[in-house]
Amino acid sequence: MSDLASIEAAIVRYNANPHYLLQILRDAQGELGWISPETTRRVAARLDIPRTRIDSLVRFYAFLHDTPAGAYRLRLSDNVTDRMQGSEAQLQRFLAAFGVACGETSADGLVSVDLTSCTGLCDQGPGLLVNERAIPRLDAGRVDEIVGLVKRRAPLADWPQTLFEIADNVRRADALLAEPMKPGRALDAAIALGRQGVIDEMKRSALRGRGGAGFPTGLKWEGCRNAPGAERFIVCNADEGEPGTFKDRVLLTRQAERVLEGMAAAGFAVGARRGLLYIRGEYDYLRATLEARLAAMRASGRLGVAIRGAAGFDFDIEIHMGAGAYVCGEESALIESLEGKPGRPRIRPPFPVTRGYLDKPTVVDNVETLAQATEVVIHGGAAFAGRGTRASTGTKVLSVSGDCERPGIYEYPFGVRLSHVLEDCGARDAAFVQVSGPSGACLTPDEFHRAIAFEDVATAGAFMVFDSRRDYFEIARNFARFFAHESCGFCTPCRVGTSLQSDLMDKIAEGRGSHYEVNELMRLSELMRRTSHCGLGQTAGNPFNDAWRKFRPAFEKRLQARDFAPAIDLEAALGPARAATHREDALAHLEAET
Amino acid sequence: MSEATFELDGVPTPFKSGQTILEASRDAGVYVPHLCCDPELGAHGSCKLCTVIVNGRTASACTMKALAGQEVEIDTPELEALRRSLVQMLFVEGNHFCPGCEKSGDCKLQALGYLLEMTNPHWVHFFPDLGVDASHPDVWLDRNRCIQCELCVRASRDVDGKNVFALAGRGIASKIVVNSPSGLLGDSDIAATDRAAHVCPVGAILVKRVGFAHPIGERIYDRAPIGAEVLACDVPESSK
Repeated sequence: MSDLASIEAAIVRYNANPHYLLQILRDAQGELGWISPETTRRVAARLDIPRTRIDSLVRFYAFLHDTPAGAYRLRLSDNVTDRMQGSEAQLQRFLAAFGVACGETSADGLVSVDLTSCTGLCDQGPGLLVNERAIPRLDAGRVDEIVGLVKRRAPLADWPQTLFEIADNVRRADALLAEPMKPGRALDAAIALGRQGVIDEMKRSALRGRGGAGFPTGLKWEGCRNAPGAERFIVCNADEGEPGTFKDRVLLTRQAERVLEGMAAAGFAVGARRGLLYIRGEYDYLRATLEARLAAMRASGRLGVAIRGAAGFDFDIEIHMGAGAYVCGEESALIESLEGKPGRPRIRPPFPVTRGYLDKPTVVDNVETLAQATEVVIHGGAAFAGRGTRASTGTKVLSVSGDCERPGIYEYPFGVRLSHVLEDCGARDAAFVQVSGPSGACLTPDEFHRAIAFEDVATAGAFMVFDSRRDYFEIARNFARFFAHESCGFCTPCRVGTSLQSDLMDKIAEGRGSHYEVNELMRLSELMRRTSHCGLGQTAGNPFNDAWRKFRPAFEKRLQARDFAPAIDLEAALGPARAATHREDALAHLEAET
Repeated sequence: MSEATFELDGVPTPFKSGQTILEASRDAGVYVPHLCCDPELGAHGSCKLCTVIVNGRTASACTMKALAGQEVEIDTPELEALRRSLVQMLFVEGNHFCPGCEKSGDCKLQALGYLLEMTNPHWVHFFPDLGVDASHPDVWLDRNRCIQCELCVRASRDVDGKNVFALAGRGIASKIVVNSPSGLLGDSDIAATDRAAHVCPVGAILVKRVGFAHPIGERIYDRAPIGAEVLACDVPESSK
């Protein structure tokens, strides 16, 4: 296909609808390798939108690029767990083999090598994306194999499938993961309950949102149903970007029926006819299987018009793909992204239940929440509320990774103690656990008696274990870099603050920090917490605070005794001047002057 | 029209139903510092200078609606310190050299720096490599001075109907881009008469050849500090 025809095909696939701009650009780039000026011009003209809308998208999403990248784009996952599994050595191996620097494209345009935020393969890392296809368990052998394939210019479709095999690693299954749901079961149960009955059971279950915030799902559904408006939407948030989380990947692989029927049951309850499943770009490989499932559901009357013969139960689901932006996990940013815009969180209120997708009432629920909803409609709210704790009902799926013998997926009733999880996963020497990713909390052994529950240790699901060899300062520095990379840039405190924070942590790591920098970091985290627009900025200072409060020796050993050391190395800064004047004599160096 | 009141720094203050805290405060003669909000173009909620404390929690006065009985803190040393830090952040993320800027004296960022008693930039400068776009015969775009308030984006879209500007990029790398084939202002359809050419609160977008029509010393904030027009109460909004 010619370039023009590829662009046109992508446009036609989405009826030239600007709300699908992100999908159109993803498809066009998939065919052509990048978003060229020609693509920009063509798409802007055909969609009748300013070209700046395309520029703003391309420069916002990490996976889109307006410069030609390599024919093979390698992105190594840069979560702390990847680093612990040796990602840095593999990165160097790639760079040496291709003779490129990190973030650059080889001169022949064959390959580019770069880092990317956590790819959700923490239990089988280090993770790699090759043109958005995921490869787990990088080691020297796999790196050499990939280098060979790239140098031979082997089409990605011809690469050995063993490279792409991703394990589910379900280590402990409870109500949700124990067995697959019989197709149609949740739909039949919902129909039997009736629309009001579903909402009543959801409220009785006290199910709370599993994305981290813990909002009561029944109230959300009721709020959406009661909001004025003729059209409503159900959005499934599968933008699982919190470093250390990968449970939604496994749920979408093993329990997709539950997630999709959970969406349909939600649609039935609130009166929505369209569902949107937003999947992070890193999980592109899940798409084909899910599309096939959706087709099978349509063919068997489990999606479409009059589902299971129930008049008026019309519902269908479409898949939207993200393109590398953590902030899109925030529900209003996700809606912006669904509308084909950069994922900048909206001003709230109004909340999505009254003004969401296309400003219509919208339920945005996490993958796990919707899967749990099938348990509620099938077994009833009372049975569901019988598990877990009073304030946190049901089970919780944890993504366990890091220094333990059995990383993977663990499902427990809420209220399970950290020590219990650590024992189950074979963490013999756990020194600390990062719960709920960088924005969560770091817990030390004196807190391992605490429970996973909204009222105690709340979590979206990440559970990263670290043993006594690990240095939390370096982990906090990795997290600081993550926040600076993922800040959307909308509000001043987060846009500037996350970068200042990352620079200050780097300065301390280089041995140039003093208590002055610590005070600055405290001030920054307080400023970000109190004035940022969304949760990203509000929590961006958490890792520093945990590092300073709980790991002070690790911090202090890096501090200089002096009150302040300048960020600039004056001697080094004079280097260009020496080079320009061809001087290397003693007087051209600082020491000589003093 | 509601006769309800909310507490503004302890003073019962009337508000009209639907008004934001920023609007109600302005009507009451109380100035809340802000950069990205404009009476004509609406609230944006991004600069965060209008951060206030509402019933114990921080919120943006430009987007938060006033409600009966609400307790709002605006003028406290703690909030002044937060606002000063934010203004300092805006200074260090760009390249602001007031003595050489045509906007000096008319610049809201500079005026807020004075109002908030900012005596230094405090944070480490980023010194980003941005550029000047002088390609248009009548309008000048200097990205070094942009504070990303998106007033030009909104003015061009909502008032001029042109969509000349957009914010592109992410995080600290975000910057204003121009809707033209070359990305240059000279190839866009902006005109010096556009609202977008006049709305910039800083010196990032300037109309050419009028920079010193008003001499330094006789400019808006040379005469009175920013916010004085609100405090005076008898000066209507249009003189802003």
